[in-house]
Amino acid sequence: MMALQVSELQKSFEGLNVTRRVNLAVEAGERRLIIGPNGAGKTTLFNLITGEIAPDGGSIGLFGDDITRTSVRARAHLGMARTYQIITLFGRDTLLRNVMLALLGLCPRRWNPLIDFERQQDLVEKAEAALARVGLAHLAHRPLAETSYGERRRVEIAMALAQNPRVLLLDEPFAGLSIDERRDVQKLLLAIPRDVTMVMIEHNMDVALEFAEKITLLHFGEVIVEGTRAEVVANPRTREVYLGH
Amino acid sequence: MSAVARLITPRAAAIVVALLLLLTLPAWVGNPYYINIASQILFFAVFALALNVLVGYGGLVSLGHAGLFAMAGYTAALLLARGHGHLVADTAALAVTVVTAAVYALLSLRSTGIGFLMITLAIGQILWGIAYRWASLTNGDNGVNVASRPSPFGFSLAGADGFYYLCLVVFLVCVATMAVVVRSPFGASLRGTRDQERRMSALGYNVWLIRFYAFLLSGFWSGVAGLLFLYYNQFISPQIVALTTSAETLLMVISGGTATLLGPIVGAAIVVIMKNVVSAYIVRWNMVLGIIFILIISFMPEGLVPGSARLWAWLRHRWGAGKAQPAAKTGEDGA
Repeated sequence: MMALQVSELQKSFEGLNVTRRVNLAVEAGERRLIIGPNGAGKTTLFNLITGEIAPDGGSIGLFGDDITRTSVRARAHLGMARTYQIITLFGRDTLLRNVMLALLGLCPRRWNPLIDFERQQDLVEKAEAALARVGLAHLAHRPLAETSYGERRRVEIAMALAQNPRVLLLDEPFAGLSIDERRDVQKLLLAIPRDVTMVMIEHNMDVALEFAEKITLLHFGEVIVEGTRAEVVANPRTREVYLGH
Repeated sequence: MSAVARLITPRAAAIVVALLLLLTLPAWVGNPYYINIASQILFFAVFALALNVLVGYGGLVSLGHAGLFAMAGYTAALLLARGHGHLVADTAALAVTVVTAAVYALLSLRSTGIGFLMITLAIGQILWGIAYRWASLTNGDNGVNVASRPSPFGFSLAGADGFYYLCLVVFLVCVATMAVVVRSPFGASLRGTRDQERRMSALGYNVWLIRFYAFLLSGFWSGVAGLLFLYYNQFISPQIVALTTSAETLLMVISGGTATLLGPIVGAAIVVIMKNVVSAYIVRWNMVLGIIFILIISFMPEGLVPGSARLWAWLRHRWGAGKAQPAAKTGEDGA
C-alpha cells in the first residue's frame, strides 16, 4: 500500500514554477530520500505535502485518502508529522514541555481550560519516553534556550515521534550537527520501526545514503531521477546536477 | 519540616499578605476618595488582565479593546435607561460584549501582527464613531446616566466601601480564572500559537480557533470591567470608547509585564495613580507618565514585574545574599 502518493503536483510563485508535475509514490514503511541542489524545490515539496502551501494542481494521497485540500492540522491528526529545516521549537519552555505540547496537539484535552497542563501525568510520561528515545531524558527539565543546536535537532525528532506518526517527513535532520551528533541521529533514525514511513530531505550524503532505500532527485522543481540507491548514484544525471563529476 | 511550614513559601506568604491588605483596605485607608481610587485600580486591572490574554499569551496586540469595554457599559446603561432591571441589563451587556468580541475576532484574526492591530483599531474607532454620532441611540456626546448601582443580595454598593468590595471580589475571580486558564492545556496551546504558529498547526492545533476562544475570554472580562466602570461613574460617554482608553490599557499591560498575572495589575495601578493622584499635584502629569514608561521600556523592556524579578535575581547573585541563580527568564505565569 502506498503511504504517500503525490500525483502531478504543481506550484508556482509569481510565475516561477517551483514544483513541476511532481509524482512521488512512497510505500508504507519505506525510507525515501529526496535530494537535489539548493533551490530544487525540496522544502516546497514538503510544505505542499504537509499542507502549509496549497498546490496549484495535482493531488496528494495519504494511505489511499485524498488529502489535497485537507488542512495542516488535520493531516497531523491523520498521522503525518514533520521536522523543519530551520528549527521551530518553543524556546521559552523546557524540553519536556516542548514534547508535551506535541502530544497535546493530538489530544482532545488541548481545549480544556480548567486542568493543570503540567500535571497531566500520562503526557509527562509519554514525553519523557520520547525524550529518552532520542537520548535527552537527562535534559527533560532544561529550558530549550540552554541546549545545543544538536540537542534541539533531536527535540524536533522527539516531538515528531511522540505523535506516533504513520508518515514522518524529515527536513535536513543532520544540518548543522557535529560528526558525533550526526552519528547519534543516524542511529536514532535507523532504529525507528517500519510502521513509520519516512521521507527525508538531506544534503549530507554520507549519512543519508545509508538511510535511503529509494532516492528521488529533484532539479528545478522536477523529478529527474528516481530509483534505488545504486540506480540513482549511478545515473549520469545525478552526477551532472548534484553529485558532481 | 512540617507540611504547614512547607506550604509557607515566600510566594504564598506574599499572596496572603496582599490579600489581607486588600481585604482590610477600606479600614486603613479611610478616605473614600482613596478607596474609590483602589476600586478604579481593581477594575482597570481586570480590563488589563483581559487584554493580556491576547497581548501576553496570544501575541496579538489589540488597540480596539475600548470598544468591548464600552460595549458592556453602553448596553447596560441603555437597558437600565429603558427600565430594565440590573440583572437583565448586566447579563445582556455581557452577552452583547461576547458577541461583539466574536465579531472583532472574525474580522481581525484574518491577520496577525500589525494587520491585527490595525483591524482592531479600526473596529474600535467605528464603535467610537457610533457612540459619538448615533445620538438617537447613545445620546451622543452627552452620554448616558445610570440612576443607581445594583444591590446584589441586599448588599449596598452605593458607598465607596461596598463598591470597593464588589470590585475586589470580581478582581479576585478574574485573577483566579486567568491563573487557571494560563496553566491549562488551553493556555499552553495559546502560548504555543504565540511562539510558533506554524509549528502549532503542524502539531495538530487549530490555531485560529484557539485565538478565537481567547478573544471571547478577553472580551468577556473586558465587558465585566466595563460594567464596573459604568457603575463606578454611573455614567458613560464616547470618551471611554476613544483610542486613548485602548492605548492606556495596552500601556498598563506592557509596562507591568506581558504574559504575567501580576504585570497588568501593577501597570493598572501605575496608570490610575498617575491619572488620579499625581495629576492633583502636577499639571503635566501626562509627561511624567510618559517619562515613567520610557524608563520602564529602556531599563526593563520586559515590563516592571519580570524586570524586577530579573533585577532581584541579579542582586542576589552579585551580593551573594543567597544561592547563585541565573537571571529570571521572563517571569511568565510565575509572577
